[in-house]
Amino acid sequence: MKFPYTEKVLEHFRNPKNVGKLEDADGKGLEGSPACGDMVAVYLKVNPETTVIDDIKFESYGCASNIATASIITEMAKGKTIAEAKKISWQEATDELGGLPPVKRHCSVLAVEGLRSAIRDYEEKHGLISEQEPTTDEVVRNRLKHVMNPMAGLDIVRTELVTKIEVKDGVVRVVLDLPSSHQFANAIKEDLVEKLEALWDVKEVKVVFTEG
Amino acid sequence: MFDKITYLDNAASTRLDERVLEAMKPYFFDTYAVATSEFGYSMGLDAKEGLMVARESIAKTLGASAEELVFTSGETESSNMAIKGVTAALRKKKGSHIIVSKIEDFPVLNTAKSLERQGFKVDYLNVDNEGSADLEQLGSLITKETALVSIQHANQEIGTLQNIKVIADICSEKDVLLHTDATHTFTRVPLDVQKLPVDLVTISAHTIHGPRGVGALYIREGTPLEKWMDGGYQESNRRAGLENIPAAVGFAKAVELVTPEENTRLAQMRDHTISKALEDIPHVTLNGSRTSRTPQNANITFHYVEGESMTLHLDMRGFAVSTGSACFSRSLEASHVILGIGGNHERAHGSLRFTFGRYNTMEDVDAVLDALKEIIEKLREISPLYVKK
Repeated sequence: MKFPYTEKVLEHFRNPKNVGKLEDADGKGLEGSPACGDMVAVYLKVNPETTVIDDIKFESYGCASNIATASIITEMAKGKTIAEAKKISWQEATDELGGLPPVKRHCSVLAVEGLRSAIRDYEEKHGLISEQEPTTDEVVRNRLKHVMNPMAGLDIVRTELVTKIEVKDGVVRVVLDLPSSHQFANAIKEDLVEKLEALWDVKEVKVVFTEG
Repeated sequence: MFDKITYLDNAASTRLDERVLEAMKPYFFDTYAVATSEFGYSMGLDAKEGLMVARESIAKTLGASAEELVFTSGETESSNMAIKGVTAALRKKKGSHIIVSKIEDFPVLNTAKSLERQGFKVDYLNVDNEGSADLEQLGSLITKETALVSIQHANQEIGTLQNIKVIADICSEKDVLLHTDATHTFTRVPLDVQKLPVDLVTISAHTIHGPRGVGALYIREGTPLEKWMDGGYQESNRRAGLENIPAAVGFAKAVELVTPEENTRLAQMRDHTISKALEDIPHVTLNGSRTSRTPQNANITFHYVEGESMTLHLDMRGFAVSTGSACFSRSLEASHVILGIGGNHERAHGSLRFTFGRYNTMEDVDAVLDALKEIIEKLREISPLYVKK
């Protein structure tokens, strides 16, 4: 039988570690939404003296990649300081799992983002973070590095699908080098809009496809 | 882990019936010639005879004459041929407007989108929350320019049967041609072109334990249809390409093997699946209609859990089913059918489609639902959407 996943992924999928909710969490992160297909919640208990993550739990409404990545990343983060945990990359998590199918990268990145957003939540609550920065072309570009191009398994910025970014009065306009009829056009658009709408000062996101 | 695969995805493909293979074999090893003209050599004449008998026998089940049936490579080609052929023939004479339902399978839906890019006006007909086409809207959308209406006989994912009789009457009254994709009803739900003014019908062998890669298009005599694939003069100059005679013969055999008793048995499995899921598992929604659906299809959303996780857990226990979840699909898009009937993404992501066939039993139904009950409990345990009551 040939599953598209490594034995390690399947093991974490079958028996995920650190599952559940921490009622008195010091930091909480929620990434994704039912609309984008996957959702992950991460809960942290942090030692205020050392900033070491004493306990960590996750919940997932997601596919196998999402569950397995969330499981491994909570194992990796436990016992680390928040500064160290913040640095755990998607690549490191994937390597631990023995690799993931490129098309599933999006679902697994979400788990990594869940951990980071739980840490950000902790930092915000404990006055460890500065003012919110206004959204610029650069902020948008960085954010779009989290939107996957399922054809390549890499993000849409690195694979040069994004040809133009404009930010004006809270309206973000992104031009993609992709026809609207493309197999992945809607999937990419949904993901992109969701990522950018989450920015605090963005009111509207416009996606322009390049036809022909 | 397990010694048997329980295949419950018979709308996607089916296990070939051995009797079909036996019927096909002579056309691979003995009568392998091309179907020649009546002035050809004897092996070619025998091949031609085999093709003719297959054509007659399949046409008969639709109430059609043999000349009205063209063999194709399957559902995709049949629907492309119907829509592209009719619109090409009528674009100048009638106009460039077509109507399709918004929950059509991809051969119809994407053919419509392709025509739209070429300048056709396409209306995507609404359906209600069970998937029934909006008949009032259909009547109001048809204009003098309308070249074709294409509405499926039953849905590929949720099994909803359309009121094809009324649809055909509306089209015939307004003098518009009607194509219907009957891939998921052929031999399972009666369709008689003598009683029903439908002009083109897509059928396929892959859903009835026949070979893959063969289907047919019924074309009512006199229907304007331009040849859309260039080549030789096969199929009365309507479909170019060497005839796949073994497959056509296999298709005819597969048609012959479907019995009313089998369809009743499939419907029993369907009904048992639906009632057991609704009784045994909390937070579930039936997708489609309880009564007006194909005998082989049950489609249910299990809320707060994602489809690919369910199908992978089921696969690890030896069950093959499909889901409308984006994570499962090649385009990473949630089922347009579930969204089309007014469902949200969550409903699509948590949907499972069970489609039954000849080799399934009632025990399979019990086994898959017992497994599913455990899997769903486990997945809901870790779902942030699920709040224990």
